[in-house]
Amino acid sequence: MSILVIAEHDNSSLKQSTLNVVAAAKAIGGDIDVLVAGENCGAVGEAAAKAEGVNKVLVADNAAYGHFLAENLGELIAEVGKNYSHILAGAGTAGKDFMPRVAALLDVAQVSDIIRVESDDTFVRPIYAGNAIATVKSSDSIKVVTVRPTAFDPVAAEGGSATVENVDIVKDAGVSTFISEQMAESDRPDLGSADIVISGGRGMQNGDNFKMLEQVADILGAAVGASRAAVDAGFVPNDMQVGQTGKIVAPQLYVAVGISGAIQHLAGMSDSKVIVAINKDEEAPIFQVADYGLVADLFEAVPQLEEELKKVV
Amino acid sequence: MKVLVAVKRVIDYNVKVRVKPDNTGVDLANVKMAMNPFCEIAVEEAVRLKEKGVASEIVVVSIGPKAAQEQIRTALALGADRGIHVETDEEVQSLEAAKLLKSVVEKEEPKLVILGKQSIDTDNNQTGQMLAALTGMGQGTFASEVVVEGDKVNVTREVDGGLVTVGLNLPAVVTTDLRLNEPRYASLPNIMKAKKKPLDSMSPADLGVDIAPRLTTLKVEAPASREAGIKVADVAELVDKLKNEAKVI
Repeated sequence: MSILVIAEHDNSSLKQSTLNVVAAAKAIGGDIDVLVAGENCGAVGEAAAKAEGVNKVLVADNAAYGHFLAENLGELIAEVGKNYSHILAGAGTAGKDFMPRVAALLDVAQVSDIIRVESDDTFVRPIYAGNAIATVKSSDSIKVVTVRPTAFDPVAAEGGSATVENVDIVKDAGVSTFISEQMAESDRPDLGSADIVISGGRGMQNGDNFKMLEQVADILGAAVGASRAAVDAGFVPNDMQVGQTGKIVAPQLYVAVGISGAIQHLAGMSDSKVIVAINKDEEAPIFQVADYGLVADLFEAVPQLEEELKKVV
Repeated sequence: MKVLVAVKRVIDYNVKVRVKPDNTGVDLANVKMAMNPFCEIAVEEAVRLKEKGVASEIVVVSIGPKAAQEQIRTALALGADRGIHVETDEEVQSLEAAKLLKSVVEKEEPKLVILGKQSIDTDNNQTGQMLAALTGMGQGTFASEVVVEGDKVNVTREVDGGLVTVGLNLPAVVTTDLRLNEPRYASLPNIMKAKKKPLDSMSPADLGVDIAPRLTTLKVEAPASREAGIKVADVAELVDKLKNEAKVI
């Protein structure tokens, strides 16, 4: 078997989720190649070559791939991937965008967002917002799979010595162009890979109050998230959303502040190692999954938490 | 311009999902069904495009059992002009759904196809992208803003870490994210009027598509449940537990 892993990156650095996907590839077994498609992305290729368990890194460096347009990436990956038994990518917004195109171009089904590998053709994935877990077998000759990064422990980023080859395939579908981007500027860790996440819900009352959570986050080196209710209310942008319709996180510590614990939120964070809930409603469902629950007014508890943490961290 | 909207009949998002005791699937007997929430956003966006004078006709299509006509009627009540029902009682997976929609696109020749980014039952997030690939169209997935300008559409997409805006040649495929719009409710007069709007029915065979599934579900289980822990008295105790018991800070 031979597995092609599609690297996730920003043209300058390899995202950690790629290491999680390589771990999923190891669980399937076989030779693992990594495709780095981008523009001026040589450094990413070198980083991928150091990852544990990688056999070969293919670098497709061209302006057509610089902004990761799915139309161009889809054609490239289908062309490069047609000789592999499996094509894997992370189930972030990038992988979700281009992988179904790859599957359709190869006329195969896609298995989305797997959380476990049972065998080379059988995978486990959540359905119904994580309220049910399905075991799915693919009968296609090429398995196109997206992987939930938090479900697999990453392989080591260093120690490997894969060969690096350039790929001269240029695919420009000519139907889409990049116009602009607005990326959130933050010194905090990425929500999807942070060791500690502190999230606020509707109980935060407004966007300004999230500053309280940011101050706590800065002490802990944590990322700040939000429930869908807080996003829908316009307190914070959607890229902060934790839940089935947002990001799936599984940090060492998850602190839910003013979050009631709707099913769709729990689906996004219940794999966290330790869960803390701070809510004034004793009956809030979040307490049913929390390791440590504090029934308190968050506007008193969060400033106290900041003070207490300053003493011990 | 003509806009095609695809909608799916799924379990109502408020219903608590229960796995069948024999682990063959989720119990859908006597469960309330509704239009997939992301598809409601797709219908709303099409109706807004029509209200702005950008869209001239909205065609709504659904693939599924006879009862999926309820969801088509809902879309018609919200402002769609005409319905197409691809009727089948078989399970239709994403690739086959995309092939059926491709066939509908070839007949109808819409300038814009709007779908939800995913359905809340299978959570696949595939059909729109697959349709775009099969028809050679550009795609604006997870859209939070859609602006049609001449023969192009600019789509602002919700991506990890922020927003990206892409320009697509028409015809194009757009899939909706939560913040694109807030869907309206259908008024009673419009629900009555929707009953008289045209609705065509056809089979997958009529469209020349083989819908045999490629993926087999071996079993469906309930997720591992998490036990509730303890309540702490105050913040000081919480911090002490996190540091000395859980050792996570």
